[in-house]
Amino acid sequence: MIDWSPIIVTFQLALVTAALLLVVSLPLAYWLAFTKTKIKPLIETLVSMPLVLPPTVLGFYLLIAFSPNQGLGAWLEAQFNLRLIFSFEGLVLASMIYSLPFMVQPIQAGLQNLSPSLKEAAYLLGKSRWTTLTKVLLPNIQASLLTGIVLAFAHTIGEFGVVLMIGGSIPGQTKVASIAIYEEVESLNYAAANAYSLLLFGLTFIILLIVYVVNGGYLKSFRQ
Amino acid sequence: MIELQVQKQLNAALGKMQLDLNLELQTGLLYALYGKSGAGKTSILRMLAGLLSADQGWISFENEIWFSSQDKINWKPQKRKVGMVFQDYALFPNMSVEQNLSFALARHQAPQIIDELIDIMELKGLRSYRPNKLSGGQQQRVALARALVQKPKLLLLDEPLSALDTEMRQKLQHYIREAHDRFQITTILVSHNQSEVQKMADHILVIEAGKIVQQGSPTEVFEQPNKIQLHGVVQHVEPNGDQVKISIQVPGQELIILTLPPSDKWVIGAAVSVDI
Repeated sequence: MIDWSPIIVTFQLALVTAALLLVVSLPLAYWLAFTKTKIKPLIETLVSMPLVLPPTVLGFYLLIAFSPNQGLGAWLEAQFNLRLIFSFEGLVLASMIYSLPFMVQPIQAGLQNLSPSLKEAAYLLGKSRWTTLTKVLLPNIQASLLTGIVLAFAHTIGEFGVVLMIGGSIPGQTKVASIAIYEEVESLNYAAANAYSLLLFGLTFIILLIVYVVNGGYLKSFRQ
Repeated sequence: MIELQVQKQLNAALGKMQLDLNLELQTGLLYALYGKSGAGKTSILRMLAGLLSADQGWISFENEIWFSSQDKINWKPQKRKVGMVFQDYALFPNMSVEQNLSFALARHQAPQIIDELIDIMELKGLRSYRPNKLSGGQQQRVALARALVQKPKLLLLDEPLSALDTEMRQKLQHYIREAHDRFQITTILVSHNQSEVQKMADHILVIEAGKIVQQGSPTEVFEQPNKIQLHGVVQHVEPNGDQVKISIQVPGQELIILTLPPSDKWVIGAAVSVDI
């Protein structure tokens, strides 16, 4: 029987990351979608960097930044008793940065693809920006929101390099499934590695399939 | 009365264009802004609605200053409470017809108006439909009804009928006129369709390249067979006795030279319209 804790940690991490990332990404995507500032390309580049940057690079700098012996890491530990390396909290933060483009880009694209007249029509009816966002814009980009949430979730499940760099492999805390697989292979325990791998393969397949089914409109035909 | 004295540089299809307007509109009338696409008609509506800011000038509506570049006043669209029907109707796809109308209610506004509008626009059978299940004409009626929920004093219609077939067009012209008369609003209709403008408008403003080149009742604008109107740019002016000799460049034609009484209009580079 395999140890279930890496699977549980993985899904906890993915869930918390996706939820927090949604909160962060909504204002960021809204701003990126409608801003006319000249620094927009710069911000978009920064948001997209995790797509191409080796996760180890991100992990390395986070490791340096949050090291409790110096600077930011020391301050966080002194002020909030918060240690971000080799801890679940640190993994969440790193995963959020790592999965940021997967959440921001679909939401931003969704907002940009809406006809600008929808927003303008709501404003002309006297509705505030907040009401317009919650009652008009977001309900009309449900597909993009779902895509963002699920991609961020799934991408966090697939994380390896960042976790390896700043998470370590503390059972029940930072030892996620992808790390567990690596360790099982290292100790030539192929059966366990296969069990974890199959599980991840199946689960991510199902999650992505759900997105395509829902966004592809298959479900809509039953809803009416 | 609506007063509009604005300048705005627009990026039109054929390069930059200066929108330059000086208009006084009487309340309660149905105006048509008539002109080719790209002449600046929609921009005028957007400026009135507060969706586009002029570079310079001011806009006032019944003694309220909505916009003034000098005094840095620019009322938000929310505050102007203008009713507008967009070219693409802008119905909220996530809401049914009835929800679209209820969403338009102002805070604490009694919902009876919705039944009244559903009645006028003959939308009874469509209450629970989503916009994507409606035909163009039906969507247009919902958009018109929605724009009227808050009983605006000013109604702006941006080419509302351009996507419809002739029969539907005529029906909707009737709905618009009916709503206009019933709620006693000032309506500005943008259109490039002569028969539509002729039929519906009390007063027509002909716009060309960002400027009003002619205005008057439909009869005055369209039914003066003996007069030809030239629109062009003054190239050259020279005194000729107590008259002036003016060269006008009409786009697509040769330079036209006229001898006319002196006027402030004859400035080199100015866009003018001349009856001959």
